[in-house]
Amino acid sequence: MKVISGKPESLTDKKYHYCPGCMHGVIHRLVAEVIDELGLREETVGVASVGCSVLSHNYFNLDMQEAAHGRAPAVATGIKRVLPDRTVFTYQGDGDLASIGSAEILHAAARGENITVIFVNNSCYGMTGGQMAPTTLPGQLTSTTPLGRDVKKEGYPLRMSEVLATMDATAYIARTSTHNAKHVMKTKKAILNAFKAQQQGQGFSMVEVLSTCPTNWKMKPVEALQWVENNMMKYFPLQEFKKVSGGDQ
Amino acid sequence: MKVLMKGNEVIGEAAIKAGCRYFFGYPITPQSELPEFLAKKMPEVGGVFLQAESEVAAINMVYGAAGTGARVMTSSSSPGISLKQEGISYLTAAELPCVIVNVMRGGPGLGGIQPSQSDYFQATRGGGHGDYQNIVLAPSSVQELADFTMKAFDLADYYHMPVMVLGDGAMGQMMEAVEFKEENLCSSLPEKTWATTGCSGRERNIINTLYLNPDLLEEHNKHLQQKYEQIKNNESRAETYLTQDAEIIITAFGTTARIASSAVDSARAMGIKAGMVRPMTLWPFPSSAIRETLTHCRSILDVEMNAGQMLDDVRLAVEGKAPVYFYGRTGGIVPKASEILEEIKKIGGISYESHLRQA
Ligand SMILES: Cc1ncc(C[n+]2csc(CCOP(=O)(O)OP(=O)(O)O)c2C)c(N)n1
Ligand code: SF4
Repeated sequence: MKVISGKPESLTDKKYHYCPGCMHGVIHRLVAEVIDELGLREETVGVASVGCSVLSHNYFNLDMQEAAHGRAPAVATGIKRVLPDRTVFTYQGDGDLASIGSAEILHAAARGENITVIFVNNSCYGMTGGQMAPTTLPGQLTSTTPLGRDVKKEGYPLRMSEVLATMDATAYIARTSTHNAKHVMKTKKAILNAFKAQQQGQGFSMVEVLSTCPTNWKMKPVEALQWVENNMMKYFPLQEFKKVSGGDQ
Repeated sequence: MKVLMKGNEVIGEAAIKAGCRYFFGYPITPQSELPEFLAKKMPEVGGVFLQAESEVAAINMVYGAAGTGARVMTSSSSPGISLKQEGISYLTAAELPCVIVNVMRGGPGLGGIQPSQSDYFQATRGGGHGDYQNIVLAPSSVQELADFTMKAFDLADYYHMPVMVLGDGAMGQMMEAVEFKEENLCSSLPEKTWATTGCSGRERNIINTLYLNPDLLEEHNKHLQQKYEQIKNNESRAETYLTQDAEIIITAFGTTARIASSAVDSARAMGIKAGMVRPMTLWPFPSSAIRETLTHCRSILDVEMNAGQMLDDVRLAVEGKAPVYFYGRTGGIVPKASEILEEIKKIGGISYESHLRQA
């Protein structure tokens, strides 16, 4: 893997609107670097979802479509079915993917759509003010669980990677984190694996990336990174859940 | 060359003839013959048929495919069309062309599976959120199912928007001789330079619907409204039947118009000067075709398979210059020609004013 200094070509010059300490920007960059390294910028169509990354088409220097909330996997399916030789990815938050879009992600995975999903899990609805997401940890304070998520009333978080890994048609499923440099590099490697799986026509690939929302968590950026390590990673173990054999991964 | 075909299958064949190679749908009666037909046909012509997990997913697959510049279609019946409304609003906002078929059945709720026209409001008033319209074509024969479906793809591409073909369960099941007239397809549509296909050799393209700046969103809305004005001026269509000297005008669309036309014939045979205006486009609504009859027409009878929906548009067209009466059946019941004839007689025939019943 090359280490790229300077801005990847697959990112525009536009300044991020993300909050200080938010990992969306870092994850964008990793995706852009992988697309550059695979030489795919001019043959990729990305799908932005609804969440803080809704404007990611301002940052990805590629052809992009912006999907309705939760529908990115269906939109990506439509694109990929017309253009099977192009690279198609979605970039989705946890509210988008695991709540309103749970049917679309499950069925895109079940069909083995040959697309790559970048799933940013920050355990809350960032854009709308930090409400409970399906990934909110038991006891976690959010604006709609002011006393902490009570599993008796609100149930337990969804572990999407584990669910999708059980499906026959998924090719690559991994959960990684961005809480330190080492894990950022591991995340990049996983994203590379996911795009390669797509390149080789192996089927559905997804990288779930544990991320931060310091603004809604009401934490300093450094505290947020520690919170990912000390709390999120306990509930959401980092793992390569599925990697089909074959290819040069 | 004419072939004998079932309405629902005709829509599928017409789509293929129009160059549509992508279909995304979810099963629902009474339109399932259409996806079943395309499941068989699409692979034969190198196209894609995909049964989606829901109508919500299907319409969003349409969004993705339309965004690549491909001709794409989805179809459903009333409850499924309700689910597609979110996607239709987004397709409209992103100005993506596509064709949506609604083979209407009785509602509300799960309703029934018999033919109905009760989605007129939903179809002609946008249907989803936001200020928008779809072009809505209302075929009334199997031949028109073919013609209008093919035309729908051209209109969608020309105006960059969803176009709806609004049929009903009766038409979908009907067998009639049909000819697919490919020569009617437009040959000079603008190139889809906005499509997202990978930005090789050009600036990147973005398809989006979010405008956080209200000034820009207002600009976008103005642009859409200008387009709608242009469509109103250019695309409204109606067929007139025996209207020249008619004193009573029936307004009806789709299957109802077929039945109403035989009621008009019976009325004429009794010496009642009846005629019919049949809107072929429901949006834009052909108001002028109705207004033109007002020079000699004494009253209007609107007939629908619903509780009176197009009735609003007829009244708006008439502007109070003639009384407008209504006869409708709901629940999936198709009105009989004899019932319509009775209404004609009440209004202007045998006992003229004595039975006047304002709608
Ligand atoms: C149909 C619909 N319902 C609700 C919303 C409001 N909404 C916008 S973003 C969002 C949640 C986003 O959270 P997530 O996907 O976790 O992304 P994040 O902002 O945390 O990156 C919601 C509920 C919407 N835009 N559309
Ligand atoms: S609200 Fe949270 S997820 Fe959104 S940009 Fe800010 S820190 Fe990131």
